[in-house]
Amino acid sequence: MKNLSIKTIVAIGIGAAVFAILMRFVIIPTGIPNTNIQTAYAFLALMAVVFGPVAGGLIGFIGHTLNDALSYGSVWWSWVIVSLFIGLFIGLFKDRINIESGEFGKKEIISFNIVQIVVQAIGWIVIAPVLDILIYAEPANKVFVQGLVAAGVNIVSVGIIGTILLAAYAKTRTKSDSLTKE
Amino acid sequence: MKKPIIQFENFTFKYKTQKEPTLHDINLTIYEGEKVVIVGPSGSGKSTLAHCLNGLVPFSYKGDISGSLTIKGKETKELDIFTLSKMVGTVLQDPDGQFIGLSVGEDIAFALENEAVPQDKMKREVVEVAKLVDMEEKIRSSIHELSGGQKQRVSIAGVIIDEVDILLFDEPLANLDPATGVQAMALIDQVQKETNTTIIIIEHRLEDVLSQEVDRIIVIDEGRIVSDLDPNELLASNVLETCHLREPLYVKALKYAGIEVTPDMLPASLATLKIDAVKSKLSDWHDARSHSAHEENEEPILELEHIHFGYDADTPTIHDISFKINKGEMVSIVGKNGAGKSTLSKIICGIEKVQAGKIFYKNEDITTDTIAERSTKIGLVMQNPNHMISKHMIYDEVALGLIVRGLPENEIKERVDATLKVCGLYPFRNWPISALSFGQKKRVTIASILALEPEVLILDEPTAGQDLRHYTEIMEFLNELNRQGVTILLITHDMHLMLEYTPRAIALADGKIIADDSSVNILTNPEVVEKTNLKITSLFELALKAGIEDPIDFVSAFIDYDKEARMTWRTNS
Amino acid sequence: MANEFLNYVERKSPVHSLSGATKLIIFILYSTAAMLTYDTRVLIGLFILSIVIFAISKIRIREVGFVLAFILAFLLLNNIAIYIFSPQEGVKIYGTSHVLFEIAGRYNVTLEQLFYQFNITLKYFSVIPAALLFIVTTHPSEFAASLNKIGVNYKIAYSVSLALRYIPDIQREFWTIAAAQQARGIDISRKEKLGKRLKNVASIILPLIFSTLERIEVISNAMELRRFGKKKKRTWYSEKPFKKADYIVIIVGFLILIASLVITFHDGDRFYNPFL
Repeated sequence: MKNLSIKTIVAIGIGAAVFAILMRFVIIPTGIPNTNIQTAYAFLALMAVVFGPVAGGLIGFIGHTLNDALSYGSVWWSWVIVSLFIGLFIGLFKDRINIESGEFGKKEIISFNIVQIVVQAIGWIVIAPVLDILIYAEPANKVFVQGLVAAGVNIVSVGIIGTILLAAYAKTRTKSDSLTKE
Repeated sequence: MKKPIIQFENFTFKYKTQKEPTLHDINLTIYEGEKVVIVGPSGSGKSTLAHCLNGLVPFSYKGDISGSLTIKGKETKELDIFTLSKMVGTVLQDPDGQFIGLSVGEDIAFALENEAVPQDKMKREVVEVAKLVDMEEKIRSSIHELSGGQKQRVSIAGVIIDEVDILLFDEPLANLDPATGVQAMALIDQVQKETNTTIIIIEHRLEDVLSQEVDRIIVIDEGRIVSDLDPNELLASNVLETCHLREPLYVKALKYAGIEVTPDMLPASLATLKIDAVKSKLSDWHDARSHSAHEENEEPILELEHIHFGYDADTPTIHDISFKINKGEMVSIVGKNGAGKSTLSKIICGIEKVQAGKIFYKNEDITTDTIAERSTKIGLVMQNPNHMISKHMIYDEVALGLIVRGLPENEIKERVDATLKVCGLYPFRNWPISALSFGQKKRVTIASILALEPEVLILDEPTAGQDLRHYTEIMEFLNELNRQGVTILLITHDMHLMLEYTPRAIALADGKIIADDSSVNILTNPEVVEKTNLKITSLFELALKAGIEDPIDFVSAFIDYDKEARMTWRTNS
Repeated sequence: MANEFLNYVERKSPVHSLSGATKLIIFILYSTAAMLTYDTRVLIGLFILSIVIFAISKIRIREVGFVLAFILAFLLLNNIAIYIFSPQEGVKIYGTSHVLFEIAGRYNVTLEQLFYQFNITLKYFSVIPAALLFIVTTHPSEFAASLNKIGVNYKIAYSVSLALRYIPDIQREFWTIAAAQQARGIDISRKEKLGKRLKNVASIILPLIFSTLERIEVISNAMELRRFGKKKKRTWYSEKPFKKADYIVIIVGFLILIASLVITFHDGDRFYNPFL
């Protein structure tokens, strides 16, 4: 923790700001009441893959806390923890996906999506409901259904938007020195 | 004997990611207490030179160095960035990036916080420095309450609190309007006198930099030092022209009149310029030029009638604005930040809804049309092309708006190809956008809007922060579109752009129109100039100084002549 | 939905004049107490206490009105969902069933269910004034210093400060990008097919991401050139030093936490059961 580079610190701060803004303003209603597709997690996945687990976890944690606090005046810690978890664990696969190499082909897309599906499934279907039950004594069947729906929409969202973002980022990492006018 | 403070000796630097060195064999000595300006077009290596001085090269941006660079007698590559920053204070170009604190006091104190200076000592020092830059009244203000000029003052204070020996300014004028630019240069001068520092200014807006005295101007191009002269000698030479840098307009006017500019005439500023010997030559040139009348075309394409708008009910942002734009016109919209220019463009495009008033397009009321409906009539191009580009390939970016509209594929291809040809981008259609220069990216964003076939284009600050080459590239392209019949509205602070390209300008202040006149009349009208944070053009002041009878007409004559000169230059090249 | 985030409200009040670190500690103690307890008496006590503090802070209800409206809507929906999913949850917890009236099947209304849902609402509600107050009475400049003071690594504390500093800038940038893309016909609000809408959203987020990455670069350079991270420690210009009132408030805060835990758990159950 002590050796975080300035760039990582700035990435955490700015990343958290962007995460909070996306969470607040860029949501797509699914048609089911109270269930929106969050674009913020696609962004979180990108930042985690680019800047690693510490940045990913803290962007999720700080960004989600700030959004809750600044939008609603209170913090739903059970769900904030999930954001931390998702950022952290997707970030652990930074080296595996190795986006800086500029290659984001079929193989990388598949491994990124396996990672995000597993991590988000654990986050939304296990961690969030368990914390809701422990803290708020909410009915178990209610919170597990909520968790399942959240897992579904966010896995789809990261699967589509997150993959697009990562592919676009990877393309900026490739060098293009063999260009000719046509 | 002057004491050297910075010495480059056979200094070469190559970024790790690049094949060719960015700086070649630099030999340069800067002495204590000097004020030196480094000019050069974009990509000349002037920013890299600045990074070498403050340590970002090689400590943040890695690469290979050969030769030596010493600051205060110490070899910089053997130091570290923290030690260097105690000697060289850097004021970066982007005030929003440099201003890290939430309030003025906090930002000024940032370096002291990092040195773990006790709070009471820190507060005393912050007040001292804030006084120096005339911001002590604003110490508690948040960054979001400040103007661009004030942000820059805070940035300067945050650097001089370190008692550095050298102050490095990286394009300090890039984000400022002309009037604020003059104030910034005066402040830099004042800071130098009060702190006895050596000043290095990297800039390409030479005429604005020269509003204060400087000791030397170093011209750098393609990574090499091209010239190292005092300002009078430089302006008398033709170095600026060959390096695609903009000469001060009054110097250009003298040269157009066939006057040989010599260092003895002290051309570095209008105030010192000795003009008596050449007065007659200047007025002869003026007399010989007959001012051509502009033809008027009375076919309104866009009309605003009594437009009112406010983001909240009590404070109107736009107050009773009416004007008429004729087909084929090219018009500047000028005004201070916050005068309502950007809001006005959003209203015209339908992004904001008017509270009262009507908008007509070709005499048809479009006040209630949606954004999408208007986008085939009126296109909006944002200042920063990076805010618009979301595709990797040029073709895809230009096609995006058409694909969203669900057009058949063959029609999309036809329209995109046609647009790319108009914009001179057809040969690059399969290039990634990231391989393009700023000017070319701007072209891509314009093309992506043109593909929707609007007849009116609104551009927000199309040339902000661009050097002469990119400026010319963008403006000549717009000029060409204009000749092909596209009506163009430009939101700008750039006085050259107004004079050179837009015969007419609309000036806004506090959400109202204060002048709707020819650009020449606006830039020679002291009252309008003051209310819009512009400057009286130096051409007008030159004419006054030379005792020319009709100084406004002199400005017009210069513009016409300049236009012809550019035409011949274009047909020859 | 309002396009606003909650903001600091400048005012002279005893709550404002406390150090940010004190308020942060109280907020954490308060949240902990409200999270652990389900004892109705404790929750009511916490709720009344926070209303009193709210009054002392001189913050007006309408200054935080949009947030309250949202929370009320959320609580209503949440209560409905709880009832639909689990109408017998109260009976399960309290072990008795006092039926008021039947609706259909397992759906009836019991005193226990009403009491349970009253408690869960109270639990959400009791923590809101404290959180709201922490945000609107603490100047954002003090956030980072406060976090550092309670033991958070200063670099991470500073990243919170950066987030607060740049939220307005990035928000403005986001609306600029969205406007530019909308003018080309890329609309995310329209009733497009879901897949297409997701792709359209990506074309608004991408420019924002690239300019974010650029911004990270510029700010890192600016901070490095002013020696951020040079020392193990750093001081804070905006830190408010502790005064007597701060110590008193913190001690009282701890006493309240302990008291609420004792009241809650002395009988070995988290719930207060009036039905036994």
